[in-house]
Amino acid sequence: MNARDRTLVTLVAALVALLALGALLPPWQFLATVALAKGCAVLGLMLLLRTGLVSFGQGLYFCLGAYSAGSLGQFFGVTDALVLLTVGSLVAAVVAVVLGFLLANYRSIFFAMLSLALSMILYGLLVKSEALGSTDGFNVTPPTLAGSAISGHDGRFSLYALACVVAFAAALSLDRYFHTPLGRLAAAIRDNELRVEYMGASVRQAIHVKYVIACSLAGLGGALTGLTVGHIDPEMAYWTTSGEFVFVAILAGTGSVAAPFLGSVLFEIVRSVAYQHSPNTWQLALGTAMLLVIMFLPNGLWSMFATRGKAA
Amino acid sequence: MKSSLWQCTWLAAIAAALAWIPSTAAAEDAKPFRVGIVTFLSGAAAGPFGVPARNGAEVVVEAINAGTVVAPYASKGIGGAPLEIVFVDEAGGTTKQVTEYRNLVQQKNVDAVIGYISSGDCLAIAPVADELKKLTVFFDCGTPRIFEDASYKYLFRTGATATMDNVAAALYLHQHKKNIRKIAGINQNYAWGQDSWNDFVATMKVLDPNVQIATSQMPKLLAGQYGAEISAILSADADVVHSSFWGGDLDALILQGAPRGLFKKSTVVLTAGETAVQKLGGQIPDGTIIGARGPFDMFAPDTELNRWFRKVYTDRYNVPPSYPSYKMAQAIFGLKAAYEKAQAGAKASPSQEQIIAAFEHLTFEGPGGKVTMGLGKGHQAVQGTAYGTVKHVGDKFTLSDVATYPADRVTPPDGVKSEDWIKGLKAAK
Amino acid sequence: MRELLAVVIDGAIYASWLFVVAIGLTLIYGVMKILNMAHGSLYALGAYAAASLGGAWLAGGHSPYASYAILVLAALIVGLIAGPLLERGLLRFMYGKDEIVLLLVTYAVFLILEDVIKLIWGVDPYFIAQPYGMLGNLDFAGLTYPVYSFVLIAVAIFTGIGVAWVLQRTRPGKLLLVVIHDREVSLAMGINVSLFYLATFTAGAMLAAIGGALTAPTVSVVPGMGVEVIVLAFAVVVIGGLGSLPGAALGALIVGLVRSAAVHYLPQVELFSIYLVMALVLVVRPKGLFAGFEARKI
Repeated sequence: MNARDRTLVTLVAALVALLALGALLPPWQFLATVALAKGCAVLGLMLLLRTGLVSFGQGLYFCLGAYSAGSLGQFFGVTDALVLLTVGSLVAAVVAVVLGFLLANYRSIFFAMLSLALSMILYGLLVKSEALGSTDGFNVTPPTLAGSAISGHDGRFSLYALACVVAFAAALSLDRYFHTPLGRLAAAIRDNELRVEYMGASVRQAIHVKYVIACSLAGLGGALTGLTVGHIDPEMAYWTTSGEFVFVAILAGTGSVAAPFLGSVLFEIVRSVAYQHSPNTWQLALGTAMLLVIMFLPNGLWSMFATRGKAA
Repeated sequence: MKSSLWQCTWLAAIAAALAWIPSTAAAEDAKPFRVGIVTFLSGAAAGPFGVPARNGAEVVVEAINAGTVVAPYASKGIGGAPLEIVFVDEAGGTTKQVTEYRNLVQQKNVDAVIGYISSGDCLAIAPVADELKKLTVFFDCGTPRIFEDASYKYLFRTGATATMDNVAAALYLHQHKKNIRKIAGINQNYAWGQDSWNDFVATMKVLDPNVQIATSQMPKLLAGQYGAEISAILSADADVVHSSFWGGDLDALILQGAPRGLFKKSTVVLTAGETAVQKLGGQIPDGTIIGARGPFDMFAPDTELNRWFRKVYTDRYNVPPSYPSYKMAQAIFGLKAAYEKAQAGAKASPSQEQIIAAFEHLTFEGPGGKVTMGLGKGHQAVQGTAYGTVKHVGDKFTLSDVATYPADRVTPPDGVKSEDWIKGLKAAK
Repeated sequence: MRELLAVVIDGAIYASWLFVVAIGLTLIYGVMKILNMAHGSLYALGAYAAASLGGAWLAGGHSPYASYAILVLAALIVGLIAGPLLERGLLRFMYGKDEIVLLLVTYAVFLILEDVIKLIWGVDPYFIAQPYGMLGNLDFAGLTYPVYSFVLIAVAIFTGIGVAWVLQRTRPGKLLLVVIHDREVSLAMGINVSLFYLATFTAGAMLAAIGGALTAPTVSVVPGMGVEVIVLAFAVVVIGGLGSLPGAALGALIVGLVRSAAVHYLPQVELFSIYLVMALVLVVRPKGLFAGFEARKI
């Protein structure tokens, strides 16, 4: 069995396991749906990480996805979940195409900082917009799927199943992408951009394309989060949200397309445990957990070691 | 490649097990009435709001369980059952709060949830309360949107909305200051600050259409440095400066503005000023107008319940209770009143439906006076409010010219949105 | 005219505050290539220490004029304790890892320190307002400013010149410049790079704490005061060019003036003025204003 089939088997097994877990443990569904939605954003970030770029502004697209889906529901009455998810990632993709022209010229810390600045500008714009509720945001109308409601008490499992399938599809698509010539360029760009140029490929174009893919995944994640939580607010564009994605991406490592989702689920669980068992010192608990992971789970970070050969 | 995946899987399994074991251990007999209390225990809102609210909850619940509260809450426990509290930190954003709310209801199996200071959290949690069919009581958040935009069955709010803070401020100003030509504002640039300023300006314009806005400063929440804003306001020559600042920002405004004469040049009205009084009372110059978001703290009526509450709180924490403590006590007493009304003397504990029916349109007493659940189809509390002017008598901080405003004068009636109601306010009030 | 004068003075005051707060961050990045997110906590620690020590000093009835020295002393003590503790105890094991990993390590430290501060000092606000109001006000041209603000400007200028002098005129400073330029060659030449890293991190921590200590008299010291400062400091440092001292100064000045102009003329834009400036600068000068030249290794 080659690597491609192995990944497919892993993903299918994970999908089945998740669905079973959700059916057996209803309280698990909400947390897992949120984790899977955020995992989509982290998946996009993983693509960028494999290209050697760290974006501290994925929150921009996460928020755009959520607000597009939410606005479509709230102001235009569209409730079909698939439509909302598609619109969310499309809007994010369009904005990414535009901003990508600018961002594709930057690398390392400047790429990170510029993406952070752009996401904070969106945050500022949303805070100023009283029509969209400013920092209070607004509630999302309950989504439906093919006519039947998938929110609320009865629809919770359907929404969860939708999230699982969407995550599965995203992971599988990205895995297939990595086996295309453009996808394989990612590792090449990370190792040595100059040689890639000498080979005749355009680094800028490649990065632009990957950026758009990563951001549409973030938009998808945002729309899904909005539908699940039922509420969206500008906090989604704040730099701490983006920072959370980066942390989960590092924790998970770039080894496999399933890693971001596992990392995301783990992170949500650890944070919940910290909240419940030490409400007065959960930051201490979370920070310590993060340090322990960074120090003792280097396998989660293994691919980052390989970038040391880069100019720094 | 695979090893990191396996390691992650193992860790996830272990963590999931850890997360579930304690909660199953905690689900013992259902006799105590378990309440989840959600308030800020970390971050900037913890000091001025979250921790006073938590302290208020602790002190009141202890006294209720011991049966040492004065009338009308002298009975032990809540309808005989002891109250058990689970605290949850409100920090972390709305998604996190919705997750934790669901954990409270589905894993910790609470009988009711009391909490939420942030309006964003309230808006997000409201529909979830009805989805999970769990009695939830908001105690502090100020946005009128909760019951103006929708109605809920399982949700109650025992604290009045923030509209009355700013309407009453404008009324007070017109009663106590002549010839207000220009107004300025410095409010935190987020929903609370924006709504406060908008309500204030709208009311001022109704009371006097000729009033001009000299400048509206909207610094970022938690900015902390207001040198430029203070300069801008000083050069704007305003008669009145409105601010809904709270916490560290309010402290900074006072510390940075007072030495530069901000409070002498204009009349400054601080709608949430009461939170700064305890620590900075001595620095707030005379003539400043202070509000406490309701009849709390120094505006509370001199009832036995209020005296008892202040004594018990001060004995325990060495500082008097501030308005979040009052509002939390109000919420707990409201719950107790509704529960016992539903029980109506019987031995058995009332069902959630019965408690809800009893809570609707209930009038009960809190340390700040009577509270009536008169809006939102009986789910939203109305209360009056009060404002006073700072006057130092010797070294002592006192408030002079205290004016109280009954609820119907400063709160829109059921079914009318705040913005529309303000526009319709008659000028001669 | 008066308005314009106010804009310039307010801008200068805010810029000085930004510079004092951000200089430690740019120093640590320049030498160790670590973008220290714990910078915000060190700032907060400095403020809390200053409030406690200063408060105790004043309560003991000692000279209020000496309280300024006490503020700085408190900050230096905090830096001397926290700096080596963090560097030797934690960061030392992380050198060589990717920049982003180090960033996350410092973020974890930031989270931990936030709760440590809460455990030590609680959530109530602390005040040390006397040094702020004690010096009185300066009235001119219809504007009123506290003298303390001008003292802050002086401190910023003095600190900037001081650090620049240490780096360029003293032997350790020049060695540090060598370490900044090429760590491996410095090691090969026998420079004790590890000691320099320790010294730099401690100096950066002390500078961050001094920023907090000097801010303490103007605010109430509350939990979470460090969070806002992190992004501000980052923005200033990125605008100026990471690791560049004159860059940090210019970055602070630009941000201060833009923000001040926004507050006076167009308050609605104030919220994102700093991010707009950051985005604009990065568009025009992709590595910041005074970015150093980096030899590209193929």
